[in-house]
Amino acid sequence: MRSDEIVAAQADTETGPVEVLLKVQNLVKYFPVSSAKLINRQRDYVHAVDDVSLEVRAGETLGLVGETGCGKSTLARCIARLHDVTSGSIIFDGIDITRYSAHRMRPFRREIQMIFQDPYGSLNPRRRVGSIIGDPFAIHRTASGAERKRRVQELMEMVGLNPEHYNRFPAEFSGGQRQRIGVARALAFTPKLIICDEPVSALDVSIQAQILNLLSDLQKEFGLTYIFIAHDLSVVRHVSDRVAVMYLGKIVEEARSEQMWTSPRHPYTDALLSAVPLPDPEHAGQRERILLAGDVPSPINPPSGCRFHPRCPKARQACVETEPDLVSRLGDGAEHVAACHFPVEDGEDISLSRPTIAAEERVVESGLIAGS
Amino acid sequence: MALLEVKDLHVSFRTDDGIVQAVRGVSFKVEPGQTLGIVGESGSGKSVATQTIMGLTRGAEVQGQALFEGRDLLTMNRDDLVKIRGAKIGMIFQDPLSSLHPFYRVGWQIVEMIRLHEKSISKAAARRRAIELLQLVGIPQADRRVDDFPHQFSGGMRQRAMIAMAMALNPKLLIADEPTTALDVTVQAQVLQMINKLQQEFGTAVILITHDLGVVADVADDVVVMYGGMVMERADRLTIFGAHHHPYTEGLLLSLPAYGGERERLRPIAGQPPSPISPPPGCPFAPRCAYVMDRCRTEVPPLTVTGTAPGHLSACWLPRDQATRDELRQKVIGQSLTLSA
Repeated sequence: MRSDEIVAAQADTETGPVEVLLKVQNLVKYFPVSSAKLINRQRDYVHAVDDVSLEVRAGETLGLVGETGCGKSTLARCIARLHDVTSGSIIFDGIDITRYSAHRMRPFRREIQMIFQDPYGSLNPRRRVGSIIGDPFAIHRTASGAERKRRVQELMEMVGLNPEHYNRFPAEFSGGQRQRIGVARALAFTPKLIICDEPVSALDVSIQAQILNLLSDLQKEFGLTYIFIAHDLSVVRHVSDRVAVMYLGKIVEEARSEQMWTSPRHPYTDALLSAVPLPDPEHAGQRERILLAGDVPSPINPPSGCRFHPRCPKARQACVETEPDLVSRLGDGAEHVAACHFPVEDGEDISLSRPTIAAEERVVESGLIAGS
Repeated sequence: MALLEVKDLHVSFRTDDGIVQAVRGVSFKVEPGQTLGIVGESGSGKSVATQTIMGLTRGAEVQGQALFEGRDLLTMNRDDLVKIRGAKIGMIFQDPLSSLHPFYRVGWQIVEMIRLHEKSISKAAARRRAIELLQLVGIPQADRRVDDFPHQFSGGMRQRAMIAMAMALNPKLLIADEPTTALDVTVQAQVLQMINKLQQEFGTAVILITHDLGVVADVADDVVVMYGGMVMERADRLTIFGAHHHPYTEGLLLSLPAYGGERERLRPIAGQPPSPISPPPGCPFAPRCAYVMDRCRTEVPPLTVTGTAPGHLSACWLPRDQATRDELRQKVIGQSLTLSA
């Protein structure tokens, strides 16, 4: 995955800035939900993405992690302009595309592509594979007839499908092969940015490794930039140069991949990483596991201050009152930023910490878990 | 005596495309109080095998034995099986939303379950018990939440409610089929710890079916690895991860990003799983195996003792001797067994 170009780009950092392919500034996306009241009905909003800023550099893979409902997929869809944004801006390759009409977006659609989680749901079962992969050529009117077929078969070969299966239906392929079809379709115009939304989550481990290797080979060959969304942290660690962690619509920590794993600063990141079961029974007992209380709160009325405070073992009064900025903490470099007033120090065991905030500000839990 | 002993279980289904041989001769044992992890990919037959034991695969052709406390569950009459199911063997499934009835309150469903097996218990007492159980599994304000409908619970809470229901009658065996697959990692950690604590408190044996080797490494005592409807390897957890014999187990572990080291190229198992309608005549893994020999394509290797660890079984024609096996591994995979180093 680490291509020569990236290594070269990293060497350049002393001389000049790295090329930023995508810049997201203060992006906000609210979805309206109607409240239960019939009279004086007021609009409530799901705060799916709430003031997110990030940069993606050309040729890198940015991992985006977080649990169900943290807004990572909504953010991705906003970037691909599949959702209109509530406010903020998306700057792709130096051009602000936030408010572009469908017509003006058209050339950018070639350059920003998505690969989805569900290889069953994202392919029309009644169309032949050749015509599905050929869609981009038809839509952008760049190739037709024999020329289109030739290019589709090239794509099929590139992603490891047998070009002779041009006339088959999606149902005749296995899950891994269908994901290859999705990849082939995304590659039609050699896009600059591919957003992979849980691309391997539905696949078995042996097949998952095949697809991850394919994505890595393609990145090297075409200098692709990936935004890689997954809930499987070991997969994200494997593919990403940098990682951003989201919680309830906000980025809570961002760092280079190695830094994130060795010294997470946000207690949520720390808890998330410690919760991953590792296939290593000899060390399973030695790892300290940080168990979070309760569930993620509703994104309709997110908690005040730091949104993680009701579940955070280190929560103090300041966390309830003021929202922490996403800046570098504890002398980390500018590359490693965390939104936490009381960041986790190296070697600190936060499972020993107890929140000092009032009980009504916390998630309460009973039973065996609380006794642990 | 083992709590549950499954002997040479075969399960097949008639379909329009032909006979699907979902399980082809599976045997395993569960000891009281132990956790048996069953690992396998989609279509390996791991869920069908356990569902058949519980009489949940209607229309299937079943052969073999499943002895629970010495009585065969497969030949038992329906009434006796119903008495065991729920009372002595509890079950949790992957998707808690589809296993809780959306129309009835969560507490009511637990009460019904208790009263079905304990006819003498009063409604009020059963309700008190349901609240206690919900508290036990960590549902906040259980006395109020007991009257909620399933959709008012989050995914993690539903799975806890399912566990409360499965544990209601203090069963001897809990069958958990992918219990945390639909949950986020932090919730998964909560649920796994809870199953573990309940197990320690009540001495329940657990069969944990999963595709996640990390979960198995965390909680299982013994591990059964299934592929193509058969058991490929069986051993205690440390042996499976540290001194496995079967190439499929090896392939699974090598496929994991956690083992490959950061940024190293992953080593997937080539090819696709076999068709359950026309499985290959020999070892089901032969078409994808890096060590394949002529014999593998025609003769099914029996599950026999291997290695030095007690109870380590492998269904593979490769040499049983660990040193010879490791030499071969060096030659084919280019690395020795110490994967985690």
